[in-house]
Amino acid sequence: MTKKIGDVILDVSNISLRFGGVKALTDISFNVREHEVRAIIGPNGAGKSSMLNCINGVYQPQEGSITFRGQKFDHMNSRQVAEMGIARTFQNLALFKGMSVIDNIMTGRNLRIKSNLFMQALRLGPAQREEEEHREFVEHIIDFLEIQAFRKTPVGQLPYGLQKRVDLGRALAMEPQVLLLDEPMAGMNMEEKQDMCRFILDVNDEFGSTIVLIEHDMGVVMDISDRVVVLDYGKKIGDGTPEEVRNNEEVISAYLGTSH
Amino acid sequence: MQTTFPRLMLTHAAERPTAPALREKEYGIWQTTTWSDLARLVQSVACGLHQAGLQRGEHLIVVGSNRPRLYATMLAAQSLGAIPVPLYQDAAAAECVFPITNAEVRFAVVEDQEQVDKMLEVREQCPQLTHIFYDDPRGLRKYIEDGLGSLEELIAAGGVFAQQHPQFFSEEVAKAQYTDVAAMFFTSGTTGNPKGVVHTHSSLIDRADAGAEFDKLTSAEDVLAYMPPAWIGQNIFSYAQWLVCGYVVNCPESAATVTIDLKEIGPTYYFAPPRVFEGMLTSVMIRMEDAGSFKRKLFHYFMGVAKKVGPALMDGQSVGLKDRLSYALGNLMVYGPLRNNMGFSRVRVAYTAGEAIGPDLFTFFRSIGVNIKQLYGSTETAVFVCLQPDNEARADTVGVPCKGVEIKVADNGEIMVKSPGLLKGYYKNQKATDEVLTADGWYHTSDAGFIDSHGHLKIIDRVKDVGRIQGGANDGAMFAPKYVENKLKFFPHIKEVVAYGDQREKVCVMINIDFDAVGNWAERRNLPYAGYTDLAQKPEVYQLVKECVEKVNADLAEDSMLAGSQVSRFLILHKELDADDGELTRTNKVRRGFIADKYKPLVDGLYEGRTEQFIETVVKFEDGRTGSVSATLKISDAKTFTPVKAAA
Repeated sequence: MTKKIGDVILDVSNISLRFGGVKALTDISFNVREHEVRAIIGPNGAGKSSMLNCINGVYQPQEGSITFRGQKFDHMNSRQVAEMGIARTFQNLALFKGMSVIDNIMTGRNLRIKSNLFMQALRLGPAQREEEEHREFVEHIIDFLEIQAFRKTPVGQLPYGLQKRVDLGRALAMEPQVLLLDEPMAGMNMEEKQDMCRFILDVNDEFGSTIVLIEHDMGVVMDISDRVVVLDYGKKIGDGTPEEVRNNEEVISAYLGTSH
Repeated sequence: MQTTFPRLMLTHAAERPTAPALREKEYGIWQTTTWSDLARLVQSVACGLHQAGLQRGEHLIVVGSNRPRLYATMLAAQSLGAIPVPLYQDAAAAECVFPITNAEVRFAVVEDQEQVDKMLEVREQCPQLTHIFYDDPRGLRKYIEDGLGSLEELIAAGGVFAQQHPQFFSEEVAKAQYTDVAAMFFTSGTTGNPKGVVHTHSSLIDRADAGAEFDKLTSAEDVLAYMPPAWIGQNIFSYAQWLVCGYVVNCPESAATVTIDLKEIGPTYYFAPPRVFEGMLTSVMIRMEDAGSFKRKLFHYFMGVAKKVGPALMDGQSVGLKDRLSYALGNLMVYGPLRNNMGFSRVRVAYTAGEAIGPDLFTFFRSIGVNIKQLYGSTETAVFVCLQPDNEARADTVGVPCKGVEIKVADNGEIMVKSPGLLKGYYKNQKATDEVLTADGWYHTSDAGFIDSHGHLKIIDRVKDVGRIQGGANDGAMFAPKYVENKLKFFPHIKEVVAYGDQREKVCVMINIDFDAVGNWAERRNLPYAGYTDLAQKPEVYQLVKECVEKVNADLAEDSMLAGSQVSRFLILHKELDADDGELTRTNKVRRGFIADKYKPLVDGLYEGRTEQFIETVVKFEDGRTGSVSATLKISDAKTFTPVKAAA
């Protein structure tokens, strides 16, 4: 297997985020290269999700800057970030439970729909054609994620592992350049984890997306990531290939504890 | 018909170029391939394979589910005079080694990454497998292996070749004779290596035609192809008869969507082993249990009517006006919607074969107006030997001999068949061929049975499995394991049974419960359980199974021939018997001898009168890892009945 990892496309430098007196992130810097799978790991409360929320535009860090393809975005909201091509999935699944799988994934096309509400409501020609194009794209995702049997099933009725897949599908529908995955494998059994790993690697291969993921399961992270950032109490304590991180003293002590 | 499959295809393409030949659901839409599209596709694949070096008379394996391009590949290979060998797509890599070595296969055309991985694994032992082509490129983009290529590229290259050599394809097709070998099917075989069953164009086409004539099939039929194409049943229904009749074969989107696709297509001609029908009935029953009380009452009332009136209507007997009216009302309110839900709205003929079907199951489908029938045949006979005529479908027989078939019963009770559809022989196995084919053209089916008073064939068991009880109260009584097993399996709570009794003093069985059905049953009784093993060992479940066993015993007691086969003791196994562990064949038949060795302590426990027995077994997971499962199993006695002597 040969994979071409390109230049740095996402650069996070000296980010600090505070909620009142609580320092969630302190002076974090790392970068993400094109086409790589980049993992952020750390114990509970290390600031992983906060980091993702900063990149995603949900939180605005007090200090530092984030550069995406040479463009800085300190004060963008999540919509603007999404328009730049950064998509995400959620740790606790923010899906529309009563809507079908198709409709949920269709919402991911929202930013790409050009016809306005009026045209759509009247099902005017151009709006209808556009919808068909988007539906076709969504069908490709459904095929890719192997959820054809559940197209019309309300998402709330699906088992958790499949809901996670729908969540990923919705993010993919944005055709993102960078995909942020917040604990894609939390709460899954071994088989579901293996499936998810395969989908993540396939997304990386087939769509060429750059992937940033947060994960608890060390085994999974080490297997599928190209590089890993380790956070602990809001600070970066390690950065490098899985092998380097595994041998990093500080990381070992953060995870396993040390005798002082 | 003195023709070949590629010629049949070209005839359809010439006569009805725009009629649909194949449909495949992709990206949520049924995509149609017309006969002329198909002819072009086959030509390109054939030219591509020719360029890649496929020789006349050489074998090519096809591994995958029912996909239009894999069907086209089989036609393309036949066009070049090569012999397609479909293999089961769910077989493990090790199981593919024998066929590939045996047939000296150099070419493989497979469906997807899963199959490519398997072929690459096989190649370590079969270095002659130099060409591997895949249909679906997903996940394969980064594979760099010698001789691995996509079908897409092969088709493109073949298309170019076809343009440069426009006569090549038709010349190649013209070279083939109807007596040439058309395809080879490996039989799963309960013992030893599988055997390659060699069929000619003429044997397959003749049988396909006989079957089509029997049921008056036309080019207007719709068929859904979802069983493995390596199974001759599927191959006959969606390949041989497809080309003979020119109807439409529909390929489902994925294995998981079959029930949805079935409903969308509404096939007119349908074929499935009994377990598929059983699955449908079980899901209907479970959903009815969950329905509101009004609907449930309505359902049960009208099912009562259906049971009384339906089969008679189906058999064309006269029915009173009152019954006729209540059936019509039931049809409007229950049977019609039910048929629609199962995808049987348009079905004209539905066949079940491969295993015996339970009388309740059989009656259920016939009573709601589905014309389900049985047929008898095997890989060696190109399926069609006996078929049930429309008005004479019975659960316990397999029908009357169809066109061209002669049947006789040998002295040992074995059914012998003579038919134009018999195999040419087993590949490279003259000894096995001589064992089944006599010099004067009779084929030994190795099934024991007889022809009943209505001229219908009735099958009891495999000849070699029919045994005798030795010692004890029933000394010398006939023992037909499969007959006993099937009777038990007809209960929805029992999934699989293995019966022992030959050369022993009594009959004992090991049982697999049906996890869905029994799990559901337990939930309704607020019976907690932690999983399959736990559920299987619940005393309540033992009681449930015991009642089934005793019902079977009561039934057997009335059978003059098999009263001695009543079951004295049974146990419920802690794991499901699985083909991956070698306990079942790929067609889900129990391998009795293998199981007896593997579970020897259990068999001993049954016969030594113990009340429980510890067992540890190795299991193989689907990803190839192994683990072990251990449990202490209870062994229970069952009541037997005094035989009711048949009036002499």
